[in-house]
Amino acid sequence: MEPLDPHALAKAVYAGIRACAVTLRPDCRAALEEARSSAHDAGHAAREAAVLDDLLENAAIAAADGVPLCQDTGSVWVCLEAGESALIPGSIFSQVDDAVARAYQEGGLRMSIVEDALFNRANTRTNAPAFCEARFVPGRTSKLRVMLKGGGSDNASRLAMLPPGAGRAGVKQVVLDAVREKAANACPPLVVGVGVGATFDKVAGLSKRALLRPVGGAAASEEAAAFERELLEAINASGIGPAALGGAHTALAVHLETAPCHIAALPVAVNLGCCAMRSATFWLTDEEGRPLDEPRPADEEEGCAL
Amino acid sequence: MNSPIRVSLPDEVHILNAQPAGTKVLLSGTLYTMRDAGHERCLAHLREHGRLPFGLESQALFYAGPTPARAGRPFGAIGPTTASRMDFAAPELYRAGIVSTIGKGKRSDAVVDACRECGTTYLACVGGAAALLAKAVTAAECVAWEDLGTEALHRIQVDGLPAFVEVDAEGHSLYRQIEAAS
Repeated sequence: MEPLDPHALAKAVYAGIRACAVTLRPDCRAALEEARSSAHDAGHAAREAAVLDDLLENAAIAAADGVPLCQDTGSVWVCLEAGESALIPGSIFSQVDDAVARAYQEGGLRMSIVEDALFNRANTRTNAPAFCEARFVPGRTSKLRVMLKGGGSDNASRLAMLPPGAGRAGVKQVVLDAVREKAANACPPLVVGVGVGATFDKVAGLSKRALLRPVGGAAASEEAAAFERELLEAINASGIGPAALGGAHTALAVHLETAPCHIAALPVAVNLGCCAMRSATFWLTDEEGRPLDEPRPADEEEGCAL
Repeated sequence: MNSPIRVSLPDEVHILNAQPAGTKVLLSGTLYTMRDAGHERCLAHLREHGRLPFGLESQALFYAGPTPARAGRPFGAIGPTTASRMDFAAPELYRAGIVSTIGKGKRSDAVVDACRECGTTYLACVGGAAALLAKAVTAAECVAWEDLGTEALHRIQVDGLPAFVEVDAEGHSLYRQIEAAS
């Protein structure tokens, strides 16, 4: 088997950024349309309907004119999901930052990254570095995930290390507190990513990857699906609504990912995704694990096709 | 929902100040973009010199970091950033002459109090609609702090920028009303 090619991976990063920045995920657009169809034009809900109309019109303008959906074109998160037959050179991410710089310059996107969080907040002026990670997944296929994450919605996210006795009610409270306190900053209607389990450092990753699942896609289990529905109902009962200007659609979906954990632990992370969720998935190999020269955008049901 | 109120800033700020929280407005005229790093510099200038820099008295601030020019427009996309990050400076800036601020999300009690005290407002724009909002920007020029990139101080001309009165000049807050009702 040929090793994965850093150049091909960088091509996927470039294509993903350019497309994501100006294209609303089809699943999110469909969910916004569904929300709009159930919001009434008259009376108390008129503001909600008007905001949803604005968001749909925004997506149409961005696609037609090739302009960003949101002025915050995000930090770039790149995740290589390597299949079982993948050979990965140590240099696999070596061309990513160059691809990021070109995509942001040529796409007219906003440079939002500073050199150091604490000691040097000078803008890097390239939007690099990207935040890269690799995971090992079952099956032969290797894929690349790209997400542009806005600062407002990431700032509104949180992590809690609960005692195990807090149970489902404790998890629910963390999610509802995050939404109640911060949804207005995170550009609702939201996609709410919830991670439960693993360790302090891993649980945040679970909640972030939960955002990749297409809205309306199947949960990991019937038990998880039922808890997702319970959380979504509670969130939408808050009345915060689109743009936090009131209404029944504070969130489009809640996506839950759970994992094993220590007997003493119940880690919970909530990563809020904004109404302009931007992510894309590319196949880096064929189904047999053979590397592709040109990465291929994944189909919609696999997650976030463009 | 009543039809939106058209307001030209800064000349018609008295019309804006008469609108109750929840009113939809369409802004025209002049706004200045300023966000995190700009607020630190603006506040430092104010504390050192006793007044706002660059003739910002009587002007309105749009908490926004736009993307570069695109599709024949001054900015490809422009939209509100989280206003609460500017809460550390906003009360002092209102008292020094800023007449309105535009962003997204809830403000602190200190900002609401400053609006009531100064008879000024805070407006909320729809977040995530920046391609749409960019169509309302007709011109832009960099006034200062070019080294900050997207966080530079821009004077922009707008025509029909949609926003909602979140904190009105009497200190009523739309978000707080929505929270209380739920």
